[in-house]
Amino acid sequence: MKHTIAVLVNDQPGVLQRVSGLFGRRGFNIESITVGQSEEVGLSRMVIVTLGDQSTLEQIEKQLYKLIDVIKVVDLGSRPMVARELALIKVKSEPAERPEIMGVIETFRASVVDIGSTSLLVQAVGDTQKIDAMIELLKPYGIKELSRTGVTAMIRGNG
Amino acid sequence: MSAQIPEVRSTEELREKWNKPEVISGSEILLRSLVLEGVDTVFGYPGGAVLYIYDALHGFTDFKHILTRHEQGAIHAADGYARASGKAGVCIATSGPGATNLVTGIATAFMDSVPLVVITGNVFSSLIGTDAFQEADITGITMPITKHSYLVRDVEDLPRVIHEAFHIANTGRKGPVLVDIPKDVSAAKTLFTPVTTVNLRGYNPRTVPNKLQLDKLVRAIAVAERPIIIAGGGVIYSGAHEAMFEFVKKTEIPITTTLLGLGCFPSAEDLWMGMPGMHGTYTANNAIQQCDLLINIGARFDDRVTGKLDGFAPKAKIVHIDIDPAEIGKNVSPDIPIVGDVKTVLEMLNPEVGRATKADAWRKTIAQWKQDQPLRYKDSETELKPQWVIEMINETTKGEAIVTTDVGQHQMWAAQYYKFNKPRSWITSGGLGTMGFGFPSAIGAQMAFPERLVVSINGDGGMQMCSQELAICAINNIPVKIVVINNQVLGMVRQWQNLIYEKRYSYTDLGGSPDFVKLAEAYGVKGLRATNKAEANAAWQEALETPGPVLVEFVVPKDENVYPMVTQGSTIDNMLMGDE
Ligand SMILES: Cc1ncc(C[n+]2csc(CCOP(=O)(O)OP(=O)(O)O)c2C)c(N)n1
Repeated sequence: MKHTIAVLVNDQPGVLQRVSGLFGRRGFNIESITVGQSEEVGLSRMVIVTLGDQSTLEQIEKQLYKLIDVIKVVDLGSRPMVARELALIKVKSEPAERPEIMGVIETFRASVVDIGSTSLLVQAVGDTQKIDAMIELLKPYGIKELSRTGVTAMIRGNG
Repeated sequence: MSAQIPEVRSTEELREKWNKPEVISGSEILLRSLVLEGVDTVFGYPGGAVLYIYDALHGFTDFKHILTRHEQGAIHAADGYARASGKAGVCIATSGPGATNLVTGIATAFMDSVPLVVITGNVFSSLIGTDAFQEADITGITMPITKHSYLVRDVEDLPRVIHEAFHIANTGRKGPVLVDIPKDVSAAKTLFTPVTTVNLRGYNPRTVPNKLQLDKLVRAIAVAERPIIIAGGGVIYSGAHEAMFEFVKKTEIPITTTLLGLGCFPSAEDLWMGMPGMHGTYTANNAIQQCDLLINIGARFDDRVTGKLDGFAPKAKIVHIDIDPAEIGKNVSPDIPIVGDVKTVLEMLNPEVGRATKADAWRKTIAQWKQDQPLRYKDSETELKPQWVIEMINETTKGEAIVTTDVGQHQMWAAQYYKFNKPRSWITSGGLGTMGFGFPSAIGAQMAFPERLVVSINGDGGMQMCSQELAICAINNIPVKIVVINNQVLGMVRQWQNLIYEKRYSYTDLGGSPDFVKLAEAYGVKGLRATNKAEANAAWQEALETPGPVLVEFVVPKDENVYPMVTQGSTIDNMLMGDE
């Protein structure tokens, strides 16, 4: 089962290493990890997507809390949340294919952010499934380069 | 026979002296901060990156500094000091090779939750990351084996960091904290003001348990027909042995103590069942497998205790009391989880619990097992048996000594045949099983208690992993009684080869060991040897009567095995019981 957890950490050098190292040595899986500033100065928020059963998730939370630089761990999966990632996709496209590709892009409400003579650079934002689906549809044209950020997420509403 | 080590001044006086704000160097800040944390002994080894610190140590008499012969000796000694005294152990090493020589010792302390503050020097801040001479990313290397670590970038942070390091090492689930100090930081000067408060938002160990869970346990005890307690190192670390004793006396629940828990409950008591697990007693292991209520207090369900996990305590309702929430449910999922400091938990429980009244038949069964299946070995009149040697040491010291061991068969025999009555009198590497630990850890324990008898029991293999520290025993007159049980082989590994690898003794014959008596004498330590019972009695008596350090080698046969033994992958009631 996939879980998305948000971890509020002290913005210290080495904190990403502490967190990712913990996952590595305890045999927890990291599907994606994103880090950036949080709403509070001095704190960063990491969003980690991981695979495992309920008891693994429980161990992950408890082990994370043992790190001195970890302030808070929230299992986002247990509440309604918004999860998004950004992908940049450079897709091959001869001028003749462009309209067809544009059709795909528009359907997914993605946008073209750069045009080369034989390629398009597409930017897509959405949940993981949406981006997966779009990549599937662009594959036949030839994907030259692909870069995904991994998921960042937040609970819905005022909570 | 107290150690001849310079006396230190009282902390009160020092506090006044050191508490005055003053412009001083990072090195002096470090030393003053250590004094203010109550440190009286530091083990260390100098080098380029800690030269400013060692310069500040020149003529400094407010704590003792013991110069070991290897950084590994320093950190195991700091560990032994901590385990014996309950205070954080401190050691200092230089950057690069000095720091990496500490790794095994840090891991050893981490596995057994021992509070250490480990100070390493590092290269100049401007050189960090350039593969400079003697640079190692020691905070990176030790991240998985420290409770927390600091790389101090600014001398201004040093007083706070040192104070936090001691706080973290010695609260909650204890453990080693590393402080890495670049050379320019130990040189830089600033106005020092002592730090006495901590502000760590992410660190709030929970000591007080949930009352509802305690009530559940009280009810479970009242209805249990076959209850038992497994008590571990956590009982000792939290200072809960008296509360533990009261709990057992009130409930009359039979108790087994893990390797690290030995001494948390007096072994002479009827309700004590011995040690559980791979080399545990018949009684303890069968009791675990047949109990209907298993109360685990400050132990972590290590695989050496549980054997095959599915099939462990199959009939039991499981209660787990631990300060570390992550231990609860890690290996065995409990019916009643209790997060809290063991002492606090037991002190809250004691007024609420009564005698487990439905367990009379069970107590009888256990008494019967104890009687029918005691620990035993085949003694000999011609050869010295290692178990006999331990029994002799036990009798002469009356369970009053601090005993440290190395790792191997002798460690298990000491655990089985030495009768522990007091906490913090048994020092052994449990979680990591570190050979080379036994002898230097005894030096640390002796530094903590110069007046007590400290006996270090080692194998002939492990003794050779830190034997260089004989020098510091001689120089400082640290009166450790060093026992070498010489079976000429790497006994514990050979035992596995004997029982599991069809007697293919691949590289476990030590052959060419040094003459241990001469080795001791080369360093200025008295050496004695015994090959039969009469010699053993005489040599041991002489060792006890000799002030200062003595090494006694007991020559024993190589084919002795440790029994009972549970082979890996079986449930713990499947025990090999030996020949008799
Ligand atoms: C540093 C280290 N290396 C290897 C081992 C594996 N090991 C465990 S017990 C043992 C044999 C110990 O032999 P000895 O010190 O002679 O003690 P004995 O078992 O004979 O009492 C070995 C090699 C270990 N525990 N630690």
